[in-house]
Amino acid sequence: MAPYQSPKLTVQDIAGMVQGHQVHRDVYTSEKVYRLEMRNLFTNTWVFVGHESQTPKKGDYYTTQIGDQPVIQVRHSDGEVKVLNNRCPHKGTKIAIDREGNTGKFFRCPYHAWSFKTDGCLLAIPLKKGYEDTGLHQTENVKGIKPVGAVYNHRGFIFARLAEEGIGFEEFFGDSLSSIDNMVDRSPEGRLEVAGPPLRYMHKCNWKMLVENQTDTCHPMVAHESSAGTAVKIWDELGNPEPRPPAMQIIAPFMSPYEFFEDMGIRTWPNGHGHTGVNMSIHSDYSAIPGYFEAMTQAYGEDRAKEILDENRHNTIYFPSIMVKGPIQQLRNFIPLGPNKTLVESYIYRLVGAPDELLSRTAMYNRMINAPTSIVGHDDLEMYERAQEGLMSNGLEWVNLQRLFEGNEDFSSEAVENGTTERQMRNQFDAWSRFMTSTMEGHAEAAE
Amino acid sequence: MSAPSKDQLIDFIYEEARMLDEGRFSEWLDLWLPDGHYWMPLDYKQTDPHLVTSLLYEDMFMLKLRVERLNGARTFSQKPKSRCHHVIQRPFVDEMDEAEGTFVTNTSMHYVETRLDEQFMLALTATHSLKLVDGALRLANKRVDLLNSDAAFGNIQLLP
Repeated sequence: MAPYQSPKLTVQDIAGMVQGHQVHRDVYTSEKVYRLEMRNLFTNTWVFVGHESQTPKKGDYYTTQIGDQPVIQVRHSDGEVKVLNNRCPHKGTKIAIDREGNTGKFFRCPYHAWSFKTDGCLLAIPLKKGYEDTGLHQTENVKGIKPVGAVYNHRGFIFARLAEEGIGFEEFFGDSLSSIDNMVDRSPEGRLEVAGPPLRYMHKCNWKMLVENQTDTCHPMVAHESSAGTAVKIWDELGNPEPRPPAMQIIAPFMSPYEFFEDMGIRTWPNGHGHTGVNMSIHSDYSAIPGYFEAMTQAYGEDRAKEILDENRHNTIYFPSIMVKGPIQQLRNFIPLGPNKTLVESYIYRLVGAPDELLSRTAMYNRMINAPTSIVGHDDLEMYERAQEGLMSNGLEWVNLQRLFEGNEDFSSEAVENGTTERQMRNQFDAWSRFMTSTMEGHAEAAE
Repeated sequence: MSAPSKDQLIDFIYEEARMLDEGRFSEWLDLWLPDGHYWMPLDYKQTDPHLVTSLLYEDMFMLKLRVERLNGARTFSQKPKSRCHHVIQRPFVDEMDEAEGTFVTNTSMHYVETRLDEQFMLALTATHSLKLVDGALRLANKRVDLLNSDAAFGNIQLLP
């Protein structure tokens, strides 16, 4: 944290850390920056909470975090999904501690039995006469469990903005929602359902390294040579048997040459969103599953079915902290637990109305690539943790993001570029800098 | 070997653990029948390996890939290499079908894995399905249930 010794980070400090082609290492290592991210970035933006199928029935709840903030996603008695701060307004006790459950018609704090409706409103306090004439009714605490600032359900995916005021959901995500739409459209019924619990993988590195890596198309053939390259070698030694083993379909494409990834293309959208795989991707060449195209044609007509399935986007970043793989029906949630600690939860979804073989392949992808036991994941985590340690070096304080940098980049409109550009990483930092500082004192002056 | 004794089944489990601890992975691969699977569920008491995620559900191609990768020159997460250590309780022999030549054991273990300055321990129950083929016991399937399978882990790089 050497150059930023001020007791409180200013707008100028944050702006100074992002210089287009490079960022200061403090964005990954500083505790102060992390605190400010939680207070500003993860408060002012729309952050993924969960999928509605995780709480299908009234009273169903699921607990998670938005940044460092504990929250509950719950299905209220009116059928809507609510997101509440997981904190009793009395003493702060977490209202729900298990990862999921059903609370019936109300939540009851296990400490002093204050109870609340599933939208958070206070229902009852035991021995209430003890609060007569105390002024409790004038406090914020008496209102109940506080909901987050705003909630939006986009085709089953629940997002929340912690701040009560700020950018609207559709303005924030804009056309990037097309990736979620394509994932959902791949269900003949236009509906997804969560399939089991997520993989939970702990990373001793900054969350942004993971987010950046999702559109880093120059690392697979290097970092993953030991898994993807060895897979190709073993398959060769076996005489290239067909049908190819699942590992060959799923892991081997990581060894594709640079030209392949260049041709994949990268698209960026405003506010830090973007995706790899504009023209095709490593997911384009999976074997067809009997009955699926027929079900899609029946649901959408042949032309529309083809249009949906011809889209083979690779990784879509919904800034700040999730990645969606449409063709795989996977969502990875990068939950920042500290400047150098990130929990990655990798979820998979069933395409309702599609053959089971698709879900089977999706589950296989999840465990082969993103499990703590994955030979692919091992090398990714190794790189992140080496970087987290290496960045402590004072010999050089800047991290380079200059590949295919054009200078004075404008991220305010959509762009499609060569698939090996680091523009999406720069796009993320542009949004990072703006949403870090938009509610900070001195923001207006700094913008001038 | 005609029908294996209970002791011989138990010895097999001990010997398998020792192979893993001593890094004799190629020898370990040779224990397996070609259509075997190494399964490590993600969920407590998980029944389905296919339609929900597991930590591992690996066929022989994947296991061979896993083992060959460990010896690769550019296997960065194995520079330096991990080491592992199993402490196993005496296995229960749950099934002994001598006519079919199939056997099932249930073994509690503590598994320790280390690399650089890090070391972690997993408590687990391993279920081995064994088969007598041409007079030798072979691994037909292996299921490893971690006591804390739903916890968040860092890298688990070797084989519990």
